[in-house]
Amino acid sequence: MATSTATHPSYSQVPDPLGRFGDYGGRYVPETLSAALDELEQAYTEAAADPAFQRELDDLLCRFVGRETPLLFADRLTAHAGGARIYFKREDLNHTGAHKINNTLGQGLLALRMGKRRIIAETGAGQHGVATATACARFGLECVVYMGSEDVRRQAPNVRNMRLMGAEVRPVESGSRTLRDAINDAMRDWMGSVETSHYIIGSVVGPHPFPKIVRDFQSVIGRETVAQCERDLGRMPDVVVACVGGGSNAAGMFYPFADVEGVRLVGVEAGGRSAQPGSHAASLSHGQPGVLHGSLSYVLQNPDGQTSDVHSVSAGLDYPGVGPEHAYWHDAGRVDYTSVTDAEALDAFDLVARKEGILPALETSHALAWTIREAAKMPPEAAVVVCLSGRGDKDAAEIARLRGFSEDMTHG
Amino acid sequence: MADTAVDTPIMKLTAALTARREAGDVVVAPFLTAGDPDMDFTFHALEAAQQAGATLCELGVPYSDPIADGPVIQASYTRALNAGGTLEGMFGLARRAAEQLTMPLVAMTSYSIIFRRGLDRFVGEAAAAGLTGLIVPDLPIEESALLAKACQQAGIALVRLVTPTTPPERAARIAAESTGFLYCVSVAGVTGERVSLPQQLKDRVRWLKEQTDVPILVGFGISRPEQVREVGDVADGVIVGSALVRHLEATSGDQRQTALEAISRHVGELVAAGRAG
Repeated sequence: MATSTATHPSYSQVPDPLGRFGDYGGRYVPETLSAALDELEQAYTEAAADPAFQRELDDLLCRFVGRETPLLFADRLTAHAGGARIYFKREDLNHTGAHKINNTLGQGLLALRMGKRRIIAETGAGQHGVATATACARFGLECVVYMGSEDVRRQAPNVRNMRLMGAEVRPVESGSRTLRDAINDAMRDWMGSVETSHYIIGSVVGPHPFPKIVRDFQSVIGRETVAQCERDLGRMPDVVVACVGGGSNAAGMFYPFADVEGVRLVGVEAGGRSAQPGSHAASLSHGQPGVLHGSLSYVLQNPDGQTSDVHSVSAGLDYPGVGPEHAYWHDAGRVDYTSVTDAEALDAFDLVARKEGILPALETSHALAWTIREAAKMPPEAAVVVCLSGRGDKDAAEIARLRGFSEDMTHG
Repeated sequence: MADTAVDTPIMKLTAALTARREAGDVVVAPFLTAGDPDMDFTFHALEAAQQAGATLCELGVPYSDPIADGPVIQASYTRALNAGGTLEGMFGLARRAAEQLTMPLVAMTSYSIIFRRGLDRFVGEAAAAGLTGLIVPDLPIEESALLAKACQQAGIALVRLVTPTTPPERAARIAAESTGFLYCVSVAGVTGERVSLPQQLKDRVRWLKEQTDVPILVGFGISRPEQVREVGDVADGVIVGSALVRHLEATSGDQRQTALEAISRHVGELVAAGRAG
């Protein structure tokens, strides 16, 4: 950091009361939703100040989710990369296999406080859908999940799991039939059901107060990591890495580090097949400021403001926008955003599977690919923490297909 | 009133609304998607709507992610974009309509499109194309100060929306800030036809009339003559969207003329239902 502690701005004092992260964020939604967003903001403010709410959430995170998640030294991967020590923050060990449950339990409790018994969600990779279905089953709430039909195909195990827990999965056939279209349809549902339904958005995107609420619920990742680094490493890490689609695991991991000097934060976007428009989903790397799904942030769109088609091998990163707090961190220079390609992510998946005995999610594999490449350039005393945001069981069949394996073959 | 000198675009809109109300008729404001299936067709559809007695038309600017719209208008936007519709083309259509028709046009557009173009540039181009106002359904009042200023300077209306979920205090503020007219959304939900309108709608419109001097037009869910009469008892007029856009679903080849006739007939029925006496 070029600036000193005395003069650099505090990166954690966002958003402002109108939901602004610097220039970004805000609330660009139809008037029909304004009252519900005000109600949600008030309910969240009251809950955040209520020790009983936090106790209930903490208890669920401990006994139901299995927190805290470990910080694991990845010794064989470190030896392979040949540089900095690599640590995994094991969000893949959470109940339902990813960080998404941290948010859905929090928002599920909020829905109960607001007396809303019907939950709407969107999902890309299906992890947020499963986490929402799980929270709804636990709390006895009705659950409807919108999912692009292309993602229904790519993430079949998660679709099955949602249905097994009693959720209704509604395939979305419009547009690109991916996460963006699922969000459109979830918002349309909410427009007509807003008085009785709560929309559990799955990332740090959407209108205020969603980016703040989701970040806060996901910040348990970063808070634990800070404490674990103090305990296990005796110091702060040099670099913290997370993948960024909408950006919820990254926001939760980065936020508690935002005001910690000397810790480099790196967000890794989906570089897809190439940097050509339509071939990637790297909004911060290749996009520009614009409004999508209720907030102002970086988006991928054409000069007329029409949202661009995007591509990523990972359904969870296949999104043409990014959370407004990431746009703020990007412009402020607090977080470095970069991207890796589909092929690099797939190679990282293979490597981590074989070296560490962990099948990482394809989303997470993007952060791992950057880490493996860049750790090699760092000295051995450096420490890099990767947010291992989810496990890759959901991706195993698709990767086997891409690799030309057939399901019934064995591989050694 | 109608032949009073018109200096700014919003005055043309206001003059048209006032003339119709002074005649005792219910204002009928059709919504048509710009460029579905192409800009030339839309021009002729606007022309047909004017001849059938529409007071003004809303020109829907196609957007890739219209979260306030139901399946009919969303599909229409997708057709227009797939046909190569651009903002440039929409402004061209508005210019042609301003030159050849007398009916004022207001553009219904997502804030995403306005922001990308740049607020001042978009508003300047809209005014230059003869558009008399903007309706921006995803721009709540808290975020609207800059656009409101740009519209005021350019002399075009910024039409606000109130919905059934808007609390009274907020509705009063929105009504007071709306220019041109106030768009009263009849139901919570997305655009689309509805069989029945909510009972409380009339009370809400009567209350809104006390909060503002601008005309109040009711939209969402309106498609039938009896609804025009019902709403016309309390409001100044109706906006008809999805039911008309349905006529755009089949427009290839010789279906074009059929679609234009359907639009003309449908608008004519609604206008007739709202005629004084």
